[in-house]
Amino acid sequence: MLSFIGRRLLLAIPTLVLVSVFTFSLQKLLPGDPVLTLAGEERSPEVLAMLRHKYHLDDPAPVQYLHWIGGVLHGDLGVSLKTDQPVVQMIGQKLPITIELALLAMAIALLLGIPAGVLAATRKGTAVDLGANVLALSGISVPPFWLGVLMILLFAVKLHWLPASGFAPLLEDPVQNLRTMLMPSLVIGAALSASLMRHTRGAMLAVLRADYIRTARAKGLLAPSVVLKHAFRNALVPIVTLTTLLFGELIGGAVLTEQVFTIPGFGKMIVDAVFTRDYAVVQGVVLCVACAFVLLNLLADVLYVVINPRLRVGA
Amino acid sequence: MTDVALPARAVPRRPRNRALAAFLRNRAAVAGAVVVLVFVAVAVLAPLLAPFDPLKTNFLLIRKAPSAAHWLGTDDLGRDILSRLLFGARASLLAGCISVAIALAIGVPVGLLSGYFGGWIDGVLSRVVEALLSCPFLVLAIALGAFLGPSLGNAMIAIGLSAMPIFARLTRGQVLAVKAEDYIAGARAIGLPDRWIVLRYVLPNALAPIVVQATLAIAGAIIAEASLSFLGLGQQPPAPSWGSMLNTAKNFLDQAPWMSISPGAAIFAAVLGFNLLGDGLRDALDPKEG
Amino acid sequence: MKRIALTLAGLLLGAAHGAEAANGLRIGLQEDPDFLDPARARSYVSRIVFASLCDKLIDTTPDLKFVPALALSWTWSPDNKVLTLKLRPGVTFQDGEAFDAEAVKYNLDRYRTLPESLRKSEVASIDHVDVVDPLTVALVLKQPDAALVAQLTDRSGMMMAPKATATGNPAAAPVCSGPYKLTERVAQDRIVLDRFPAYWNAGAYHFDRVTFMPIPDTTVRLANLQSGGLDMIERMAATDVKSAEADAKLQVLSVPGLGFMTLEFNVTGDNAKTPVGQDKRVRQAFDLAIDREALNAAVYEGRYTPGSQPFAPASPYHLDQPVPGRDVEKAKALLKAAGVALPVTVKMTLGNDTNTQQLGQVIQAMTAEAGFDLQLQTTEFATLLSQNGAGNFQTTMVGWSGRVDPDGNIHQFVTCKGGLNDMKYCNPAVDALLNEARAVTDPAARKAKYAAAMKIIQDDKPITYLDFEPRIFGAVKTLKGFVPHPDGMIRLQNVTLDR
Repeated sequence: MLSFIGRRLLLAIPTLVLVSVFTFSLQKLLPGDPVLTLAGEERSPEVLAMLRHKYHLDDPAPVQYLHWIGGVLHGDLGVSLKTDQPVVQMIGQKLPITIELALLAMAIALLLGIPAGVLAATRKGTAVDLGANVLALSGISVPPFWLGVLMILLFAVKLHWLPASGFAPLLEDPVQNLRTMLMPSLVIGAALSASLMRHTRGAMLAVLRADYIRTARAKGLLAPSVVLKHAFRNALVPIVTLTTLLFGELIGGAVLTEQVFTIPGFGKMIVDAVFTRDYAVVQGVVLCVACAFVLLNLLADVLYVVINPRLRVGA
Repeated sequence: MTDVALPARAVPRRPRNRALAAFLRNRAAVAGAVVVLVFVAVAVLAPLLAPFDPLKTNFLLIRKAPSAAHWLGTDDLGRDILSRLLFGARASLLAGCISVAIALAIGVPVGLLSGYFGGWIDGVLSRVVEALLSCPFLVLAIALGAFLGPSLGNAMIAIGLSAMPIFARLTRGQVLAVKAEDYIAGARAIGLPDRWIVLRYVLPNALAPIVVQATLAIAGAIIAEASLSFLGLGQQPPAPSWGSMLNTAKNFLDQAPWMSISPGAAIFAAVLGFNLLGDGLRDALDPKEG
Repeated sequence: MKRIALTLAGLLLGAAHGAEAANGLRIGLQEDPDFLDPARARSYVSRIVFASLCDKLIDTTPDLKFVPALALSWTWSPDNKVLTLKLRPGVTFQDGEAFDAEAVKYNLDRYRTLPESLRKSEVASIDHVDVVDPLTVALVLKQPDAALVAQLTDRSGMMMAPKATATGNPAAAPVCSGPYKLTERVAQDRIVLDRFPAYWNAGAYHFDRVTFMPIPDTTVRLANLQSGGLDMIERMAATDVKSAEADAKLQVLSVPGLGFMTLEFNVTGDNAKTPVGQDKRVRQAFDLAIDREALNAAVYEGRYTPGSQPFAPASPYHLDQPVPGRDVEKAKALLKAAGVALPVTVKMTLGNDTNTQQLGQVIQAMTAEAGFDLQLQTTEFATLLSQNGAGNFQTTMVGWSGRVDPDGNIHQFVTCKGGLNDMKYCNPAVDALLNEARAVTDPAARKAKYAAAMKIIQDDKPITYLDFEPRIFGAVKTLKGFVPHPDGMIRLQNVTLDR
């Protein structure tokens, strides 16, 4: 197992190179000149040329890439074209917030989604099942920006229970931090719990229908709790896949939710960077997100084996 | 019992009419199918059903609440919301179904190959999937819009591509689990060709979460189309889609809630329909059933 | 479990968050500002922060008259080629360095020569700066420049501490002489300014701390004001005014602004090879098909000011001309005279915000009645900028935040080599008039030049003006003394907040 993990971590290097080349090329192909957004109203050719030179944008694309990757090897992800801030520093500021939001949202999603899925599966075809389905699906039928605004109008403006925004760092002011994180975590958690609920339900049903379980149940050989335990264990494979993937996506930023609740996480950072064509920032964040996906996918593969030791994961 | 006998539950095929019968017995599934059919009919027949021209603005009727003339009210430019909803079904259902079809068509084969064969094939495919997962959706969408020109079709491709990795990963995980079952070892032992094993035994037994994900992804795609049309990369104004209707409605949530309610309800009903239909399909096609 | 429940209840219902300084003001901005260095800043929103952070040489009143700030007086030489400034004595920068004529020279030279400076064109007329005595400085010009005084009321007139600027990182840690100094900045989250106790006019400023929070969504920004998370917001959406006015705890402060919305027609190059690019009668017809009043009512609930010129109502250069009404018959006649096949297809690129899209759809509906098939193409901002810059458009919708001096609202848009002339319009007569207007300092004579230039432009119609955007601020009722200014800046002088 250890050698498997070690090998997979080594394999992360080509993944990261692939990701960075891919994103870099895509960005170079995007329409829109970063210098034009940088120069604002001062669009004289000299100023544009100077800015291009300053940020190495006048080099051929491969040279720019090598320049960037050279920096990465020294732990330097470059500077933001928009604010001149080092990208490493920006990521350092946003990563804890992003991880916190992802963990809170995921916790909500798991706490709601899995029990609801198990319940719906064991009561398939009843009102409980239908109710759980309707509730879960309503969570993904409305866009996060819409649900977010609705929650703000309700909980912040009408009821004054929670602040509409005004993020505070966890270590500086934990109470304010949790108060501002609650609504966004709920919005994301609601949507994710829908996926988890549906997958848990589906996987549980698939296992519960298996002949050996049916036979054992019919003969009264297995206590219902044992059946559940066994079924749930087997249902875990898609849940693990999904949870790790969704978590990775959250690290990439809950773009719309962050936008609505004004949470300074990765999502907002990357959207702003894409729109201002702030290449270094996009590259830095993508690299970071790719690392997260590599680790999470590895974790998923390890968990598959833990859940079902007969399972073999090649690599 | 010989040691290579396949257990009964792995027997993959049932006569079609039995699958249909199983489906029809499932009332929830039938309800789902009816909802989906109604929406498809609405999308096709929109020009006949719509009481007004969905693009016709009327500056004297801006953001009016539902009335006898305008059953669902009017929007920010005085257009009839019911008519826009009916026409919007086209863009939204297309965006939902086609992008998910794209994701399925690429993601499932990739996951099957990756999980079944393992080794370097898995290594290469998984790295590519990881790369796609890490690439921001927006960058992908803007790039595609730039190469192919902004249109609803290209928005669907972008949405499909970014939804693909999740199908690949899910399929791969399921295949790994199915592969560990005795009947696959059995099938291999009696020398059945890989293609046969994958299509007849592995895929049907791995299908459940894929169907669930596909029906869920339709909702995601309808909403993603909204975000893209907002960025000017999807449906171009003034043509309606449910997502872009919600997008505009968000700014008037307080003053004109009816602008949000009908597109929101339409998305919800469609998503519910697809999910119930998906459940029924999965049950009916499940080799373990019956 | 019970404990968790109690904690949660405490979180939900807990007393209002008290981290804000007792005597602070929280302002919601529409965007996150860019560099806080006046030499490099390019955004409208950064100017709002500068209004509290960096003093300018000269300021403007809400009726756009010039008033002393760091300069007590400014006088032109008889040939209009030397501008002499007398400086305010006893002023220090936020790090204690003294403000004097040398500092003015340093700053103006920096704006003129710093490679990254975005102020170059604003101060391009300055040949050199002479320090006459510690409190007198002479700006020697290459040629007369009537717009220069107005430039000194904006970023080009903002003074930074020379030593700190030369050795430090002015973009991240600017040191100015304004009433508030920068304490903390978290990108996309907040900018915190604290009182500068040694400010020369400290008595007029009543807050110890000013916090700017970028909240891009207009609905959410208003929600924060309503729920007590903010004390003041800028750029409230016109459609939100009604609900804000209905809120007993809020007030809405509004003034017609300097900013305006335009439609630009590409008149040269490949994308101008269309009826609308080739024939001014088609453009005139397009303009005649637009009902500015109805447009204002439909999109902005009538809170904008319809207009057909770039000079705001508050400006002394505002031309006394009626806003043209809609005339579909005349438009049709013009199209007929032009001999074009109907409907005339016109493609318009526009930004992707909700308001712009609404505007586009209204114009689409209006022009359809005159025989146009207007096709809208929404585009995200960076792409729009490059497309427009490259002349890759037929028609485009472009807004401008507006400048105090008329020159900044017209010269660079319509002169042959103007930096923002994306439509590549070129008429030597217009160039001559606008260049002459730069050289005249007498307002009446200048205004005549602008009127003459506008007459030609309105006939050639490479650009059509739609309306002036109001500056709408929302604030809690307890905020007193704030006067909205057409430039949209937030000046905190004499503003108080009763708690």
